[in-house]
Amino acid sequence: MTAHLPAIMVVLPLFAALLASLVRRGWAAWAIAFAVSLAMPVIAFTMLIQVLSSGPISYAMGGWAPPIGIEYRIDMLSVFMLLLVSVPAAVMMPFARLSVMSEIDDDKQAWFYSMYLLCLAGLLGIASTGDAFNAFVFLEISSLSSYAMIAMGRDRRALLAAYQYLIMGTIGATFYVIAVGLLYVQTGTLNMVDMAGRLGDIAATRPLFAAIAFLTVGVSLKFALFPLHVWLPNAYAYAPSFTTAFLASTATKTAVYLILRYFYFVFGIGLVFQVQPISDILLILSLAAMFAASTVAVFQDNIKRMLAYSSVAQIGYITLGIGIASMTGLTGGIVHLFNHALIKGALFVAVGAIVYRTGNGRIENFAGIGRRMPLTMAGFVAAGLAIIGVPGTAGFISKWYLALAALEKGWWWVVLALVASSLISVVYIGRVVEAAYFREPTAENAKVGEAPPSMLIPLWLLVAATIYFGIDTSLTVDIAGRAAEALLAGGR
Amino acid sequence: MTSIAPFLIFFLGAALALVTGGILRSAIMLAVPLLGGLNLLLLADGNAAQIHLFDYTLTLVRVDKLSFLFGILFHLAAFLAILFSLHVKDRMQNVSGLVYAGSALGAVFAGDLLSLFVFWEILAVSSAFLVLAARSATSYGATMRYLLFQILSGVVLLAGVLVYAHQTGSIAFGKMALDGLGPWLIFLAIGIKCGFPLLHNWLTDAYPQSTPTGAVFLSAFTTKVAVYALARSFAGTEILIYIGAAMTMFPIFFAVIENDLRRVLSYSMINQIGFMVCGIGLGSALAVNGAVSHAFNDVIFKGLLFMSMGAVMLRTGTTKASELGGLYKSMPWTTGFCIVGAASISAFPLFSGFVSKSMVMVAALEDGHPIIWLALLFASAGVLEHAGIKIPFFAFFAHDAGHRVPEAPKNMLIAMGIAAVVCIFNGTYPWVLYSLLPFPVDYAPYTSDHVLTQVQLLLFASLGVAVLMQTRLYPPEVPGVNIDAEWSYRKALPAVARWVARASGRVRWAALARAEKGIERFLGQIHKHHGPQGILARTWPTGSMAFWATVLLAIYLVAYYV
Repeated sequence: MTAHLPAIMVVLPLFAALLASLVRRGWAAWAIAFAVSLAMPVIAFTMLIQVLSSGPISYAMGGWAPPIGIEYRIDMLSVFMLLLVSVPAAVMMPFARLSVMSEIDDDKQAWFYSMYLLCLAGLLGIASTGDAFNAFVFLEISSLSSYAMIAMGRDRRALLAAYQYLIMGTIGATFYVIAVGLLYVQTGTLNMVDMAGRLGDIAATRPLFAAIAFLTVGVSLKFALFPLHVWLPNAYAYAPSFTTAFLASTATKTAVYLILRYFYFVFGIGLVFQVQPISDILLILSLAAMFAASTVAVFQDNIKRMLAYSSVAQIGYITLGIGIASMTGLTGGIVHLFNHALIKGALFVAVGAIVYRTGNGRIENFAGIGRRMPLTMAGFVAAGLAIIGVPGTAGFISKWYLALAALEKGWWWVVLALVASSLISVVYIGRVVEAAYFREPTAENAKVGEAPPSMLIPLWLLVAATIYFGIDTSLTVDIAGRAAEALLAGGR
Repeated sequence: MTSIAPFLIFFLGAALALVTGGILRSAIMLAVPLLGGLNLLLLADGNAAQIHLFDYTLTLVRVDKLSFLFGILFHLAAFLAILFSLHVKDRMQNVSGLVYAGSALGAVFAGDLLSLFVFWEILAVSSAFLVLAARSATSYGATMRYLLFQILSGVVLLAGVLVYAHQTGSIAFGKMALDGLGPWLIFLAIGIKCGFPLLHNWLTDAYPQSTPTGAVFLSAFTTKVAVYALARSFAGTEILIYIGAAMTMFPIFFAVIENDLRRVLSYSMINQIGFMVCGIGLGSALAVNGAVSHAFNDVIFKGLLFMSMGAVMLRTGTTKASELGGLYKSMPWTTGFCIVGAASISAFPLFSGFVSKSMVMVAALEDGHPIIWLALLFASAGVLEHAGIKIPFFAFFAHDAGHRVPEAPKNMLIAMGIAAVVCIFNGTYPWVLYSLLPFPVDYAPYTSDHVLTQVQLLLFASLGVAVLMQTRLYPPEVPGVNIDAEWSYRKALPAVARWVARASGRVRWAALARAEKGIERFLGQIHKHHGPQGILARTWPTGSMAFWATVLLAIYLVAYYV
């Protein structure tokens, strides 16, 4: 049984998606989705123990031996990603029930959970597969289902947002598949390990560079690297609250994973960073994201949109770590992947709870909420402190590593930029805090009550994790460090 | 018996105060500093409560003579401030006051720079609520400006800690030399909190805007944490001598012409901190002892003065000199306590300021800084004028402004009474305080020449004030009297002082106006591009999105092919 865990991890949610669409009832579909979501972290942890004790797991799908057959390859980074996707998903599922009930029509709820399960299968698939084309398939599964999840938003603008995301996502996927095509032509294989080995034999040719360029831009579109982020704010702002919380903590992260996998594992650090100016371009775009997107966030009146811009900025921190390409930088980037998943998940769940009680997520609507929904707002503030990077929260750990990595390179100005952009986040989080605690509640909000336990518990689990991983970093930093080490060693 | 980290008691108390109300909350708040004091006595010397954060060890509690003294001081100050504000039924003020005092304790017991930074930031944020709690339009603006400075200080501190940790591999909060970027940034961060010249405006801006009771809290902690940090890390740094001397001098000019008595006290605070900074800069055992003991005394007598002004504010609604006067008839006890505070800050023999301030001045002479000594002497005369005479005179005597108000509430009177007793006790029997100082003390405050010099200075300075008042050289509403030890300057100085203050004020405002316009333009540009209608925040047409994706692809391809 345990030998088949890599396959079960992907197949289970796929079949559950089918089942959820067949039961047709919202609560039943939710129960299926919840059960599957709970099983995923268990499987991921079991595999983590296996990987820790006996190294990467290689699983031949359908018994066809790699490199001909599709190989599922679970190494340190993969298992880290599996945890990153499955844990927030499982924690957020209780929140989904009421939030989805209030935001989506009864007859569409089962479809919504079906889409969610498909998306989950796709995201987990990306993290576990060792096959370049199979990764494309999963990328499309997760993307197509997320377009549908966004389009189900109550706001009519959700449809336009989903359409724009669809166009941009498809362009990204096309670029990716072009890159895979170019690589296949040159190496004759789709298996990533195999590909990495064969790339070592061939000279750095122009088609190879073209492949790197297509891959970088295609995947950057998926994780909304500045200035390719424009689809993201609307998609996050108008989607149903649960969709936003789920996608914000997991979807962009798996796209970043693909970049990590290809840059370091398949191409190798020598090819990507030493021959090519990718490091400089990534650095510039990361810094631009950190400042421009944070500044835009300051002026947003829709809190979901504000947090979406904040996500674009946070992606900038992650790519900064990738661009620095040292052991410390990469560790910081990977840790921030995980920490940001927890933090942004908590923030969006808190906003989702407030939307559930008050009807919308505009900042005027937050007036006096601190008194009406004290526990929800306290969670929001704690997660907000983590986004700022206050010590004692997970956000501080990742920023500390990134700053150290920049110092190792002697880039003082990057450290200053890190600190300065954190200050901008003080402003946008501060605006919400100011509204929630220092303004009188509006007439409609005067009678609003605290969020139900099914929302508070997920929120506080995420917040507790944010604080826990800000104090005890042995789990996150160790795994990220090992993953970074393995990445820097390359796939050969 | 084991003890726990001092700040924890305050934070727990704050959490309890948040959920309780009425008498129960008052009881909890009073119990916190008392329990904390007991806990403090049980603290053992050395490092405790260590936690590991990735590669570093954080020391939450480090007990030695220096931190222990500040621990006692802050517990005493917190008790007095809480007692003084016991009648306040404002959850925001109650809770933030406890958190504020707790974070100050956390900062002085922190054994590493990261913990210091954490408490530094909590200190900043919690104290801002005490200004905000005045709930007026002006206090809102002052809070924001105050927060800006405080957060800036925290960010600079963090940057300094990062660089320091990178260069030395250590995050120990201990003695450091002022070389390299890291220590300089840390120095600057402390300087902002300490009110170094030109970095001091937040203090005189925000403190007078806070609530009557909030100012008592504020006067005790923020700047003294900074003084502690200086004493801990930068004792003997020469530049501090000159910074300290400048700090004792320049506020006098502003204090002389200031009408709001709480703002006068704020200037006077910078002046007193100047003595401490100067002593820390001198760095000898006597000087550091003097600086630290003066910090102790200053918290108590400055607290007492702020309390008396708080009581006046509570009863009359103002602390403007021009609107006050004759209050001794209605508030005799407050008047008496205020005079004790004034005598202490002016360093009258037998009052607490005398036994500590003179240590710094003697140390300046002993270390061969006669000019600094003269500067401090001049500043002492200035203190007498603006804090020793001006505060009690214009509030309680002068012309009767017609306020017929009840005496201050009992809790305020008791708090002021305790503070007054401490002032007199430390002044007449300083050995208890001396035994707590970081270095052994072999200094005798009551030698005939110390006493004579000081009495001479005070008497002649008072004589000057009296003469000027009698000859009606200065209108009482906008008082502008200043006396120096040098008799010849007696008449010229006030004019010079006012001229200097006005001129510098004008120049500053002009420069500020220009800077403000520049900032406005800059913000306008940011808003134009990043605001809701800006290019970066608009919803782009799908076509342009695709266009930019292609452009980026082209850039990569071109970059590769070149």
